[in-house]
Amino acid sequence: MNRRDFNQLLGMGTTGILLPSLPAFSRPVTPEILLEPGLDVATKKRLADAAMNAAKSKGATYTDVRVGRYLNQFVVTREDKVQNIVNTESYGVGVRVIADGCWGFAAVVDAKSEADTAKAAEKAVAIAKANAKLMKQPVQLAPQKGYGEVSWKAPITKNAFEVPIQEKVDLLMSVNSAALKNGANFVNSILFMVNEQKYFASTDGTYADQDIHRIWPLFTVTAIDPKTGKFETRQSLSAPVGMGYEYLQSNPADKVTGITTRYNKGYDMLEDVTAAAKQARAKHTAKSVEAGKYDLVLDPSHLWLTIHESVGHPLELDRVLGYEANFAGTSFATLDKWQAKNFNYGSKQVNLVADKTQVGSLGAVGYDDEGVKTKKWDLVKDGTLVNYQAIRDQVHIIGEKESQGCCYADSWSSVQFQRMANVSLEAGKTPLSVQDMIKDVKKGIYIIGDGSFSIDQQRYNFQFGGQLYYEIKDGQIAGMLKDVAYQSNTQEFWNSCVAVCDERDYRLGGSFFDGKGQPPQSSAVSHGSSTTRFNGVNVINTARKI
Amino acid sequence: MAILTKDEAKKILDKVLSYSKADEMSASLSGGRLGNIRYARNAVSTSGESDNLSLSVMAVFGKRSGTATINEFDDASLEKTVRRAEEIARLAPENPEYMPMLGPQTYLAANPYAESTAKMTPDFRAQATFDSLDPCRKKNLTAAGYMEDSTRFTAIANTKGLSAYNRETSVEFSVTVRTADGLGSGYATRDVTDVSKLSTKEATEIAMQKAQASASARALEPGKYTVILEPAALLANVDASLMAAMMNSFDARSADEGRSFLSKKGGGTRLGEKLFDERVTIYSDPTNPEVPASPFGGGGGGGGQGRFNGGSDGRPQEKVTWIEKGVVKNLSYSRYWADKKGVKAIPAPANFIMEGGTQSLADMIKSTEKGILVTRFWYIRPVDPQTLLYTGLTRDGTFYIENGQIKFPVKNFRFNESPVIMLNNLEALGKPVRMGGNLIPPMKIRDFTFTSLSDAV
Repeated sequence: MNRRDFNQLLGMGTTGILLPSLPAFSRPVTPEILLEPGLDVATKKRLADAAMNAAKSKGATYTDVRVGRYLNQFVVTREDKVQNIVNTESYGVGVRVIADGCWGFAAVVDAKSEADTAKAAEKAVAIAKANAKLMKQPVQLAPQKGYGEVSWKAPITKNAFEVPIQEKVDLLMSVNSAALKNGANFVNSILFMVNEQKYFASTDGTYADQDIHRIWPLFTVTAIDPKTGKFETRQSLSAPVGMGYEYLQSNPADKVTGITTRYNKGYDMLEDVTAAAKQARAKHTAKSVEAGKYDLVLDPSHLWLTIHESVGHPLELDRVLGYEANFAGTSFATLDKWQAKNFNYGSKQVNLVADKTQVGSLGAVGYDDEGVKTKKWDLVKDGTLVNYQAIRDQVHIIGEKESQGCCYADSWSSVQFQRMANVSLEAGKTPLSVQDMIKDVKKGIYIIGDGSFSIDQQRYNFQFGGQLYYEIKDGQIAGMLKDVAYQSNTQEFWNSCVAVCDERDYRLGGSFFDGKGQPPQSSAVSHGSSTTRFNGVNVINTARKI
Repeated sequence: MAILTKDEAKKILDKVLSYSKADEMSASLSGGRLGNIRYARNAVSTSGESDNLSLSVMAVFGKRSGTATINEFDDASLEKTVRRAEEIARLAPENPEYMPMLGPQTYLAANPYAESTAKMTPDFRAQATFDSLDPCRKKNLTAAGYMEDSTRFTAIANTKGLSAYNRETSVEFSVTVRTADGLGSGYATRDVTDVSKLSTKEATEIAMQKAQASASARALEPGKYTVILEPAALLANVDASLMAAMMNSFDARSADEGRSFLSKKGGGTRLGEKLFDERVTIYSDPTNPEVPASPFGGGGGGGGQGRFNGGSDGRPQEKVTWIEKGVVKNLSYSRYWADKKGVKAIPAPANFIMEGGTQSLADMIKSTEKGILVTRFWYIRPVDPQTLLYTGLTRDGTFYIENGQIKFPVKNFRFNESPVIMLNNLEALGKPVRMGGNLIPPMKIRDFTFTSLSDAV
């Protein structure tokens, strides 16, 4: 489900530039609008109170209201051309209620008055009452204390919308020029920036005003060999992050040097594209991998996606219960495995946590979309499955008294539901550098960057590729490989984990567009790890002739 | 409901264009109703309905363009939107690939609209869901499904005199039925223009049969197998699929630039080359009564994704043959690239139709000595764009065939295969079926590459 749109956008071998999905009802605006403050808190409170009062008078026993203003900007270029500059705004109010024991939801675009939000609330109650007739069991909502009037702001230092568009265009043009100078035939580059201004109110007594920022600079370079008629690509090693424009300020302390430079909290796009152009060219003469078992050394820029697919998704409680059976699927991590308290998800080295508070992550917020203060909790402890990700109407099923705070809607116009928290592999507790990890590997492959990805509907069998592959022979990097993909089974894979580098190597990767639900909603989520070693993983050769 | 007639829409568009001070202006008015109902664990989980009507205006000065949208239609709002589009256009950078707008065009008479679908109500959706849930509840099976219906119109016009109008309806339905012990799972999907042709009960009964028949699957060694791929395994309306992936890769520019499976060694494209078995013929036709599509639009492609592009450039969708008897006959072009190459700017198709045979799925099974029947593939993602190598897994009903009969269910496989290789290893084609707004036959393929086993049910 993940990043399909964006892979198309980046043209996995095509030049078709598709616009990424925008929040519903987005309208084009001038860049200045993105800096306007939107409604003041007092007005938002009035709109919310009107909805809550109207719902109550129609018989709702619970109501929450989300007043949302979603701002997007993206700058899309190829080679020496700006292809698109898009600034959008989407504003509206979504009202969710419980009436007759059943959920109901309605939304209103461009809500201007208390009458608008009251009308939406009444519609939500009517829908709840209609659906109650088809209900099997009434909603069981975990109690939640009200926090009063609170606010949360992402700790950014530079709002990306304050940076003039010309400066962004200049950056991408210099990136493209560096790519072409260093051996690329084609380059697509994009800056994507998001600001979610969300106001949440509920009949529990919470009024939370939140300001969330995300940014993702990215590119793909393509190098063609006219003699063979082949082409090779390399995508950026940046991560989408919950930061402002400061992510694009290069800082030596945020660079991880080695066989190729990787980045932590500051991204040097110009440096990365220069390396990428040379590496795409070098792939033409790289050795095609010999299929077989290898020890894999996986960089955080790669491992995040494997964590996302093989840990994040199977431990979503709604999937476990069957709510996503028709589309995304169910999960191998069934309740009996959790209840047994001894299910070996991975080896003793494996500690996986869910965290909605991690600074700079895509999932960080103060309060989730049903008014629960966010937190961090264990999913897999010393290799054993200990918990899931669940929200207020589910937590009673796993014996928890309060929600874990991972409810999210991608727009004011979408109904909120359980979404993945940032799910991360904790760094190793004993000091270990990447160099020392590689030193011990006899026959292995070092993989950097995320590539092809696919996993079954219960999250057992998966296959992943990457951006860069290096052969490890007797503790040394022996050269570049290509045509690499590894296949494994989730439990087998995490049990083959033998070492995790320490926190000095810990970095975040992530997805801007994790898809789930019907109709589909997207969410942004980060996954952290240090470089990690997995022994004896099955590697296939993906070269074909057509 | 916000379905405007041709005349109502034209009146608004003409007014918008009359306010223009730009070199060129186009306006697109579109709207309609989207309804959905979702169920899981044998109960409805969500349902909704929304109406929308929105106007999008594009103003152009030289090679600078800007777009603004609005959902209010009084004169003052329309004029304000025109001014905003012009303001955004003046601030935009020049697009060196900008092409002047088209003048009046002639469009085919396509009719992708059915009154029965336009009239759907929440009660109708609830009944369709009940028809799917009820038989499952009675047999102690668990259903999860989704139905989405859409009734919409688009009208476009520009200051060069182009004018077009289309209205269309569609309904997509899918259901996954699982056995109570979680050991069996079956799937069925349908899509129609006219909802009176949809029976959720009929589709659900197939998913039920597959769920029951697929329980307690046996493991076969991965390797190369003869497979019968049902239409839902070849084309999906909810996710990537092998045939859509291939048909979406017919862009001429990528091929010319050397970064497509249709690029030729030493430069140029493989247009005119025989790349597939000679029984492979694929064309598009918006007037086909089984899969009617919009007669204009420059966007979209196969696989039901973006079939209707409201902001299109107004190019007519004509009958175009993409592959004839295995030979690549046409590629799609942006207007810029076609101009540069001095060829006709054929847009990406609004649908595609693959010719097949007359055999039913049952006939195809009967004539198979040893093989695997695949209901559906899942999580299909590109591995190598050079060869269109894709990976993915079988799901919701995979069976072993021996001597013309289904013998037993088998565990799911992961495949690594290219549709180009697949369409060279063709054994037989069955009768085409509508899938995601396209027509696709079931296929029997030899040497299909399964690379590992999955425990997923």
